[in-house]
Amino acid sequence: MITDVQPIVTARLGQPESWTLKAYLDSGGYQGLRKALKMKPEDVMAEVTTANLLGRGGAGFEAGKKWSMLAKPRPAYLVINGDESEPCTFKDHMLLEGDPHEIVEGTIITAFAIGAHKAFIFVRGEFALGLERLTAAVDEAYEYGALGQDILGSGFDVDLVVHPGAGAYICGEETALLESLEGKRGYPREKPPWFPAVKGLYEMPTIVNNVETMSNIPWIVLNGGAAFAALGEGRSTGTRIFSLSGHVVRPGNYEIEMAKTTFRDLIYDPRLGGGVRGGNALKAFVPGGVSAPWFGPDQVDMALDQDAVGKAGSMLGSGSVVVMDDTTCMVRAAWRITRFFHRESCGQCTPCREGGGWLDKVMRRIELGGGREEDLDLLLDVCDNIAPGLRWPPAKTTICVLGPSIPSSITSAIKTFRDEFLIHIKDGRCPYA
Amino acid sequence: MARLSADNVQRAKDLIALYPQPRSALIPILHVAQEQDGWLTPDAMAHVAELLDLAPAEVYGTASFYDMLFTHPVGRYLVSVCTNLACMINGGYELLEHAEERLGVAPGGTTEDGQFTLEDVECIAYCGSAPCAAVNWRFFGPLTPDTFDHLIDDLAAGRLDAEVPPHGTLSRVRRQAPAPAQQ
Repeated sequence: MITDVQPIVTARLGQPESWTLKAYLDSGGYQGLRKALKMKPEDVMAEVTTANLLGRGGAGFEAGKKWSMLAKPRPAYLVINGDESEPCTFKDHMLLEGDPHEIVEGTIITAFAIGAHKAFIFVRGEFALGLERLTAAVDEAYEYGALGQDILGSGFDVDLVVHPGAGAYICGEETALLESLEGKRGYPREKPPWFPAVKGLYEMPTIVNNVETMSNIPWIVLNGGAAFAALGEGRSTGTRIFSLSGHVVRPGNYEIEMAKTTFRDLIYDPRLGGGVRGGNALKAFVPGGVSAPWFGPDQVDMALDQDAVGKAGSMLGSGSVVVMDDTTCMVRAAWRITRFFHRESCGQCTPCREGGGWLDKVMRRIELGGGREEDLDLLLDVCDNIAPGLRWPPAKTTICVLGPSIPSSITSAIKTFRDEFLIHIKDGRCPYA
Repeated sequence: MARLSADNVQRAKDLIALYPQPRSALIPILHVAQEQDGWLTPDAMAHVAELLDLAPAEVYGTASFYDMLFTHPVGRYLVSVCTNLACMINGGYELLEHAEERLGVAPGGTTEDGQFTLEDVECIAYCGSAPCAAVNWRFFGPLTPDTFDHLIDDLAAGRLDAEVPPHGTLSRVRRQAPAPAQQ
């Protein structure tokens, strides 16, 4: 069901010059910060904990809980992850271009709550317009007095730097992002000891939060954590942006109340996805980024609820839903996702670097008609070497979760569409080509 | 083969001042170098190494990891056609094939006149407009073979100069705010 809850993070999008300070102030901007600066930092943190705001980047960890884990040594840093690269996720791209001040305000409030005097927003390098709008917004925020020394007369000092990335999916992984922010190759760090809240940027305690997570903070402070927690159900509170793409009539970003709305609503409601293109049948869909195992038509009535989706063996992840209709070749879809991970592997760990390459080659061979029946077992065996047991959430043989994400699409496709693989192999060609 | 200009050396110093540790400015400075020459020349990378007190190999080691940083010449326009899932199932590969024919180069190739470099990229977060492409990281979509041809015609004729700066120019807005106090 689609509820009539007003949008929290996308309210200004589409308004004239929504990215400017003037438009932001005219629509209540920086009031959350003014309120926060009159509170005690621990009370600000308590509101976010009450809200039960789940991180909007992919892992879905409670933001308030994460903040409370910040180790004591100082200085501590705040780093905002705007390196949105999970395929078919395009919400942060839109927020950076459309409402950069909301991100900046959320970042300043968070810095105040955790006691960081220096914050960085790491923006995916490809987002040229987003970088321009955010850089201009940060300048305006300094001019307005919300950044720098003694912000808004509160006695609190905080600086904010916009940092451009340079093109690498892996830098969305928080420890790789920190390496990159230190001017190095984006190699993920081993945890332990490199848990960012303990040992992060420049080996100091660091909180890393997603852009959309920040965009929620001003509203939570203004309206209270309880008001946020009253939306949604269970642990899935508030609203969330879902990036809907693929074979739908109306692809786009939709902010909807969590847990109340189902995948069916998102895909078929005329106000949202508007249905599968051409009235075609739904064959399968990706429920939360291409790292997530796929769902089929029989799971379309599941709620957009982090725990429900997790229990069903997948994840809401980055909030991207990709719809595939009955004209889609599942072998080709799974191959393309495999190729992506192979290309983006940083190369540190053998199972990911080599396994990804072999999976890419074998999947491609099947799609092009040169596959063998034993290739299915070979694929599953290589997948099992990367993520032992092929369970969900995956076990790891690697430093980060990029490698263990590779098997998701292959095992989903083989499990549900084994016949389609066999037809490719028997006929020596792709039946959809 | 150029070292950084005096203006760009100043930009590099301004960037270094933003961070608690100078090396954090490396990637932002490499974007400045790429804006200057369209790609990262060996001389520019050596100059950046001097500015940050790094070995040239450390600069190259970082640069070579990232897809947006080019250690070989590319065209004035980098045309990046997305073929990841949402684009692929909406005709991304057909668009890429058309782009190859139109430009006469395979992905990774540059047209003889040095105007266009074509690449086959991973998802560029513009999936609501699939199939899409970026030119110097300005986004276009959904594209058909016809609209792709118009885009190339417009670029070649200079009609999009205001929207699409030459390759290497990322943000045309430069920070005006003072550098943070470093404690």
